[in-house]
Amino acid sequence: MSAELAPDTILAVEDLKTWFSTRRMTAKAVDGVTFSLKRGETVAVVGESGSGKSVTSLSIMGLLAKPGAVAGGRMLFRDRQGAVHDLARLSPRQYRALRGREIAMIFQEPMTSLNPLYTIGDQIAEMVRLHEPVSREEARKRALEMLQRVEIPAAASRLDDYPHQMSGGMRQRVMIAMALACSPALLIADEPTTALDVTIQSQILDLLRRLQAEFGMSILFITHNLGVVAEIAHEVVVMYAGRVVEQGPVGPLFANPRHPYTSGLLACMPDAGRDRAADGTRKALTSIPGSVPPITALPPGCAFAPRCDHRIEACEAAVPALGAIGQSHYSRCIRSAEL
Amino acid sequence: MLRSVFNRLIGMAIVMAIVVTVVFIIVRITPGDPAAVMLGPEATAADIAALRDRLGLDDPLPVQFGAYVLDLLRGDLGTSIFLNIPVTEALAQRAEPTFFLTLFSLLIATVIALPVGVLSAYWRGSIFDQMATTLAMFAASVPSFWLGLLLIQFFAVRLGWFDTSGYGGPGAGFFERMHHLVLPAVALGVVSSALITRFTRASMLDVLGDDYVRTARSKGMGEARVVIKHAFKNALIPVLTVIGLTAALLVSGAIVTETVFGLPGVGSLIVSAVLRRDYPVIQGALLVVAGLYVLINFVIDMLYLAVDPRVRF
Repeated sequence: MSAELAPDTILAVEDLKTWFSTRRMTAKAVDGVTFSLKRGETVAVVGESGSGKSVTSLSIMGLLAKPGAVAGGRMLFRDRQGAVHDLARLSPRQYRALRGREIAMIFQEPMTSLNPLYTIGDQIAEMVRLHEPVSREEARKRALEMLQRVEIPAAASRLDDYPHQMSGGMRQRVMIAMALACSPALLIADEPTTALDVTIQSQILDLLRRLQAEFGMSILFITHNLGVVAEIAHEVVVMYAGRVVEQGPVGPLFANPRHPYTSGLLACMPDAGRDRAADGTRKALTSIPGSVPPITALPPGCAFAPRCDHRIEACEAAVPALGAIGQSHYSRCIRSAEL
Repeated sequence: MLRSVFNRLIGMAIVMAIVVTVVFIIVRITPGDPAAVMLGPEATAADIAALRDRLGLDDPLPVQFGAYVLDLLRGDLGTSIFLNIPVTEALAQRAEPTFFLTLFSLLIATVIALPVGVLSAYWRGSIFDQMATTLAMFAASVPSFWLGLLLIQFFAVRLGWFDTSGYGGPGAGFFERMHHLVLPAVALGVVSSALITRFTRASMLDVLGDDYVRTARSKGMGEARVVIKHAFKNALIPVLTVIGLTAALLVSGAIVTETVFGLPGVGSLIVSAVLRRDYPVIQGALLVVAGLYVLINFVIDMLYLAVDPRVRF
């Protein structure tokens, strides 16, 4: 089985379909997403709310809430022993053994993601004891070590603190400490800095980058913030209405976006210098008009067409294919060659 | 932590002082002359006046109040006008059935309600959930005395497993007395479980959607551990309040149930004391009941402190 996954690849998501089916309708929240993630690298999945990026990450974690379910595709994952698993076909018990130990996750809301009733030391130690046969004292020692590695000042004295005694940035550090406690092969970070102050944001990104170098884990980074992507990602996957619209290495994709949605997102990034006209007056902020269509009512053609400045008649006829436009750079736009 | 306990104790003392005053006033402004009631319709005005004098009922209210408070501080609740024994003794004689009835009912209620509420929420929309919710609605709308009568009819009259009423008579052993409490405790407990079940279910539904529950799952633990260790402990906080309220309601609910089952408890003592205008007994019983309320509240507050590190008083 391992032959199907290139040796330096940790995760290969192939044609993933995650659907939310009720008796009356099916919402294709993720529809045919393909990307892969190399050891020690970071892939950023980018998109607006409703694009399917969080559902993608929850599909990989196996934490979809009903009625959501993986309806097709494969998610090949290589654990630290080199064994390859198709996450789409794991039993709940097999999934539990991987979750936390091999694939860990941090979330958007550090204020609510920790249990308010247990000390942070207990919550980190719990992660260790769930997956490794260690004593209580040993687990506590590991928790302390992790707190030091995520650079919490006076870590020993914070071990018995409760989450409400810490700031948002500190709690996100605790979440990271907990996620990395068993040194997983893959860390899924679902908008980990969105809820934080800008100064704290860059501290957390720096920390993640340093820890990635130390632990050698791969990171799947979910965000809507392209500024963050530029700082941390090697590869970018841009999602729109459940589909990948453009993907490629971060440099070429930022320098030469080939899908109008990506160009639009890039144009929306506020830039203190660029937003001033020559005479110093403030220019209006750029935005993409309209919003992501509901996934239950997608147009027959390109899902972005209704909001697109470059729309032609052919756009509305059929969903464009994801076409190669450069070295591992793909775009789902019939006009990508001219743009 | 210790400071919070101390603050709560001070609070309790203040509440009890207010209760003592209010009970004293309420009993005095209720119409009806206890001396006249005690002596019956044949009594002469002179007899009544003599008795009023002996009981101190003609003293000015502040004097009566002062004497009353001093006695209270000595642990003396007065002497029953009708039974002619100290009120503390009258209450002590009646305390056992009421205490155990309340305790067993509360145990039955929580033992039913907590697991049913938790599983109902976890399996939301399932057949189990629908049945539990319907039964809880039914139990909540049934008066405990009616359920008590049904239980007597079936288990006592038809099956003969229990006596239809009473507390085993003089000389009955402890287990025989407790045997008499089974049906009334079930009647009260089942009815009270409805409210706790619904609160537990609602609270669990809230908590199961919380971020830290998702975090717990992402750590790779089994569902039982997620639900009990991470979700239920959080859901318990509002449920504790309802259990406390239920305990307080049970004390008064016991009065009706004791009547249906012919139990010689505090409830029936209060009812007869009210009919006879036996002031000292009414006062004493009200104080004991109010004291129980305050005590239950204190216990609940202490449980909050133990469960939730964010709580400080």
